[in-house]
Amino acid sequence: MAHITLDLAHSYKLHPQQDSDYALLPLKMEFEDGGAYALLGPSGCGKTTMLNIMSGLLVPSHGQVLFDGRDVTRATPQDRNIAQVFQFPVIYDTMTVAENLAFPLRNRKVPEEQIRQRVGVIAEMLEMSGQLNQRAAGLSADAKQKISLGRGLVRSDVAAVLFDEPLTVIDPHLKWQLRRKLKQIHHELKLTLIYVTHDQVEALTFADQVVVMTRGRAVQVGSADALFERPQHVFVGHFIGSPGMNFLPAQMDAGCLRVAGHALDLPVPRRLPEGALQVGVRPEYLALAQPGQAGALPCTVQRVQDIGTYFMLTAQVGEQPIRARFSTEQRLPSPGDTVWLQALGEHTCFYQNEELLP
Amino acid sequence: MSATTKPVNQKAWFLILPVLLCVAFSAIVPLMTVVNYSVQDIISPERRVFVGTEWFAAVMRDEDLHAALWRQLTFSLAVLLVEIPLGILLALSMPAQGWKSSAVLVVVALSLLIPWNVVGTIWQIYGRSDIGLLGAALNAAGIDYSYTGNATHAWITVLVMDVWHWTPLVALLCFAGLRSIPDAYYQAARIDGASKLAVFRYIQLPKMRGVLMIAVLLRFMDSFMIYTEPFVLTGGGPGNATTFLSQYLTQKAVGQFDLGPAAAFSLIYFLIILLLCFILYNWMQRMGTADTQGAGHD
Repeated sequence: MAHITLDLAHSYKLHPQQDSDYALLPLKMEFEDGGAYALLGPSGCGKTTMLNIMSGLLVPSHGQVLFDGRDVTRATPQDRNIAQVFQFPVIYDTMTVAENLAFPLRNRKVPEEQIRQRVGVIAEMLEMSGQLNQRAAGLSADAKQKISLGRGLVRSDVAAVLFDEPLTVIDPHLKWQLRRKLKQIHHELKLTLIYVTHDQVEALTFADQVVVMTRGRAVQVGSADALFERPQHVFVGHFIGSPGMNFLPAQMDAGCLRVAGHALDLPVPRRLPEGALQVGVRPEYLALAQPGQAGALPCTVQRVQDIGTYFMLTAQVGEQPIRARFSTEQRLPSPGDTVWLQALGEHTCFYQNEELLP
Repeated sequence: MSATTKPVNQKAWFLILPVLLCVAFSAIVPLMTVVNYSVQDIISPERRVFVGTEWFAAVMRDEDLHAALWRQLTFSLAVLLVEIPLGILLALSMPAQGWKSSAVLVVVALSLLIPWNVVGTIWQIYGRSDIGLLGAALNAAGIDYSYTGNATHAWITVLVMDVWHWTPLVALLCFAGLRSIPDAYYQAARIDGASKLAVFRYIQLPKMRGVLMIAVLLRFMDSFMIYTEPFVLTGGGPGNATTFLSQYLTQKAVGQFDLGPAAAFSLIYFLIILLLCFILYNWMQRMGTADTQGAGHD
C-alpha cells in the first residue's frame, strides 16, 4: 500500500503549445493510503490518462509520480506493484477461473500453497468459489469482470487498485451488487482504491473523496456532501446532481444585487464583489415563496413533470430557465402560473469567473 | 409468361436459377464428365466400353500412386510445420503501426503477387550450380548442391521455395489476428507481471486461433494440390523425387493419355482433399468449442 503523490502534466503531443494540447494540465494531487477515491468527469476529461500515469502504463510528459515519497515516474506497473481493472473484462481464455486469479501471483513466483490460499479467499469474496474449475472463456460478461476484479485484488501487498470504468459492461442490477462488493472489499482489505467513472452515482456511492475533472483539470476534490453543497466550480454544479445546479446571471452594482433583471435583497448579510456574478442554487433548495418575499424571484411555470418520487418544475425567470424539485405532497402550480421561488438562501452559492466565491 | 400465372411463392425458384446454372456449368457438369470417363474404357472416339470400377481398382493398386501420395503427405506436413511457426514469428516481429508497418507489409506481401510459374523459374535459376546465386554459393561453400541430380536436394529446394512463396500469407493472417487484440489485454498482462512468453502463450496464441485455423486449412489444401512450381523447377525429378499427386495425375492424363485411370484418380484425389479438410476443420472446430464451452463439461 502506498501514499500516492502526483505533481505533473501530460500531453500526448510532442510540443504542446496551448492548454488544449494537454490531456492533463499541471496539477498537484495526494491520494491517502487506504482511501477510496473516484475520478469523475465526462469522456475526454483526462481521467483515464491520470489513471494510466498512476499505474505506470503511461509516463507523464512533465513532472513526477511519487509512491510513499519514492519517485516512480519511470517505473513499470510491476515495479510499482499496482493493480488495474479495465473497462472491458480481460480474461485469459485458455485458463480456468482459478488459474486466471492465480496468474498475477504465479508471475511473481509466489509459493503454490500461498497462491491456493489467496485464490480461495478472493473467490470467496467475489462469490465465485463454485466456479473455480470452470473455463473462464465460457462465462458471462459480469462473471468475467469479477475475475478481472479478482486478479486486481489477489495480491495482498498491492500499492493501489485502479479501476477504469469497470462496470460499463455490467447489467444495471448486477452493477449495484458489484459496487457494494467493492465497498465491502475496501473495508475488509483497507486497500487504496481509485475508481474512474463518468457516472456520478457510481462515484459518489463508492468513494470517500471524489475528484471532479473537466478538460484536463481537476476542478474539485471533496466528499459527496461538499460537491453537492459547495461546488467549487460552475462545472461541478452542472455535473453533480440530477438535474444540475441552476445558474442565474447576476450583477452586483453599488451593493445592490440584480438577478435576471430583478433587484434582490440579500437575506443573509454577505459581502459580494462588484461586477458580473452567477447565482447557483440546487433544484432541491428552490422552495416556493410568498410573493414579494426577500430573495425570491417571480417565475413563469412552463412544465411540471412527475418523476416518480418527486415533481420536476421547469420555469422561466426572464429569459433564464430554472428547475426545481418538489416532493409529491405539495400543491403544485400548473403551466402558465407565476410562482415565487426562493433563489437566495443559506444553500445559495455565488460564482465569479466560474469559481465559487468564499 | 407462365411464371406470372404461378402462385407468388413459387417465383422464388426462378431467383436461384442463375446460381443453379452457374454451379452446374462450373462444377457439376465438369465433375460428371470425369465420372463418365472414370467408368469407361475409351478405345477410340467411336468405341467405348463400360468397365465399372475397374479403373478405380487399378489406380488403387498402382505403386507409383502410393509413392506419390506418401510423398505428398510428407511434403504438406513439412510445409505446415515450417510455415505456420515461421509465419507466427514473422507476424510477431513486424512493426505494429506507422509507416514502417505499411512498408514491411508491402515487402512481406511481395512474394504472394508473383505468378506460380514465375516462382518456379526464379528458383530454377537461383538454385543453378553454375550461374544461380544460391546454387553457386552453396557449391562454393563446399556443399555439393544440385537440385537436378540429388533427390533430397530437389525435395528440400521445393520445400524452401514453397516456404518462401507462402509463409507471407500465414504471416499476414497472423498479423491481422494480432492487430485485433485490444490494447487492454497487453496492459492487463503488464499489470499482472506476465513475461513475453506468457503474453504469447495466454493472449496472442489463443486470440490467433481463428486465423491460424484458416492459415492451416489454406496452406494444407494449397500444398496438397501443388503442381506448377515443382513442375517448372524439377519436372518431378530427379526420378520421382518431387512427383506430387497433381504431377502424377498429369503424367497419367496428358503424358500417357490414360483417360480412364486419370479420371478415376481425379475423383479419388478430390475425395481425399475433401475428407482431409473435413477432418481438419472439424478437429480445429472442436478444439475451439472445447475452449469456449468446456465450462459446461467439467
